[in-house]
Amino acid sequence: MKLQLKQKSILPGFGLALGFTVLYLSLLVLIPLSATFLKASSLTWQQFWHIASSHRAVASYKLSFGASGMAATINLFFGLIVAWVLVRYNFPGKRLFDSLVDLPFALPTAVAGIALTTIYAPNGWIGRFLEPLGIHSAYSRLGVVIALTFTGLPFVVRTVQPVLEDLDKDMEEAAASLGANRWQTITRVLFPAVTPAALTGFSMAFARAVGEYGSVVFISGNMPMKTEITPLLIITKLEQYDYAGATAIAVVMLVSSFALLLTINLLQAWSGGRFKRSHASELPETAEFEAAS
Amino acid sequence: MASITLPNPGMPVASRAVHATTEQSWVRWSLILVAVTFLGVFLFLPLAIVFSSALQKGFSVYVAALREPDAMAAIKLTLISAGISVPLNMIFGIAAAWAVGKFEFVGKSLLVTLIDLPFSVSPVVSGLIYVLIFGLQGLLGPWLAAHDVKIIFAVPGIVLATMFVTFPFVARELIPLVEAQGTEEEEAALTLGASGWQTFWRVTLPNIKWGLLYGVILCNARAMGEFGAVSVVSGHIRGRTNTMPLHIEILYNEYQFAPAFAVASLLALLALATLLAKTIVEWKARQQSSEVQRISGEAL
Repeated sequence: MKLQLKQKSILPGFGLALGFTVLYLSLLVLIPLSATFLKASSLTWQQFWHIASSHRAVASYKLSFGASGMAATINLFFGLIVAWVLVRYNFPGKRLFDSLVDLPFALPTAVAGIALTTIYAPNGWIGRFLEPLGIHSAYSRLGVVIALTFTGLPFVVRTVQPVLEDLDKDMEEAAASLGANRWQTITRVLFPAVTPAALTGFSMAFARAVGEYGSVVFISGNMPMKTEITPLLIITKLEQYDYAGATAIAVVMLVSSFALLLTINLLQAWSGGRFKRSHASELPETAEFEAAS
Repeated sequence: MASITLPNPGMPVASRAVHATTEQSWVRWSLILVAVTFLGVFLFLPLAIVFSSALQKGFSVYVAALREPDAMAAIKLTLISAGISVPLNMIFGIAAAWAVGKFEFVGKSLLVTLIDLPFSVSPVVSGLIYVLIFGLQGLLGPWLAAHDVKIIFAVPGIVLATMFVTFPFVARELIPLVEAQGTEEEEAALTLGASGWQTFWRVTLPNIKWGLLYGVILCNARAMGEFGAVSVVSGHIRGRTNTMPLHIEILYNEYQFAPAFAVASLLALLALATLLAKTIVEWKARQQSSEVQRISGEAL
């Protein structure tokens, strides 16, 4: 049997397009990324472990992953509400809010960083109300969570919104006519349909937050062991010309972000499969009749 | 087993039908209130503070902050690095979309995953990988130093880092679009005697123009606003290797808040323009697709 690597097509340009794609991808992304692992391999396993598991590094992982998890959870909760409200209800200014949801994608992180810091500083618009309550929002771990909530805000909304839009009202009507009350319809019909997309959005927001730097450095205060996120630790090590240390921490971050990427792809495959299944059942009625007869 | 309550027979039919698929109005309005408050605090307030802080010392301070030589140099460098990285990534995106979207081949899904890779890499790490190659202690560092080529702490490094972080934008926008459009129209053009390039310019490109424009807009917004990756490779030399976000950082850390926010307001305006363009492009794309549906509907 002949091994066929590419299906036949009369369209031209496959070789040129794929060749350029692979070359550009290799030069810009793959080779530089593998150079990091090459550099890290110049460390012995003990040296690598010593750096990667130092107290300061572990404290930064805890903060980065913990704060990212909290921010993604906040975004999951509010993102579901925002997506629901934008799809199902009408209210003044709805279109404006809908467009504005993407702001964290478009606003440079440094701008977001100084804006949030100014708002939550002890004399800021919100900070001045939190300070008398004993809540230090800027220059604390809470500040990190606030900044990461901002950066991850669009993900859950934008993954859940299309699923809600495609959802047939028939299903809810059917559930209601079978005697389910609204709460039962929501928990047993709507939640299962939305779950894969919501989890995809959650993990995207989490993955983005783990690597985030610009919006956090201004508001966090950057105290080692307390409010130092992992990307900042890499920068600190670089500024001290500790290339081996920076590389070791970078490898930890790269490995964890690849694991997250894999999770997101699996979740997307799950929600994609669900989507296709639910649409397959929407065959035109005539087709169903023909199949039955 | 779940207990099933029969619907109250005394209830008017119309109101029951409404209640079946929506919530009571107090639930509705409280959910709207929660959503609007959340978006207001996290999206409106940051935008509002950027513009109010930029203008707090008056319009003359605002203009002076933008006309100052270091600010002008930062704006220029930002335009240069976006001007190089966006077109290159656009060409890459079109090539990748053509290869992935129009052909079936082994390893296709792996290629798509690899194209998305830069999105999952922390910006700081994205800058670091180039320092590890081109920096003084990097793999090519000694050779570059011997030939007097400067990449890190110079403009080429900034362009490279920007290219890396904006790498997937156009490709990821175009690939699903090209895949969905299939190959029939191109095959028809080729059968009618068009050359490959003619087919691309006259058939494929008009079909993907809105998606392409959208990808370019997003790519440009990120290219001009990138902070983490550029911060690692730039070296922060005032007037020479500072982009706008880096210039904002320096001003802010020197407690020059009004000038920092003045420069930031330019980037915030860019972000608003990006959102506006996105809304228009989405609307145009919807219009185009509904027109196609209408025409094909009439043809049937």
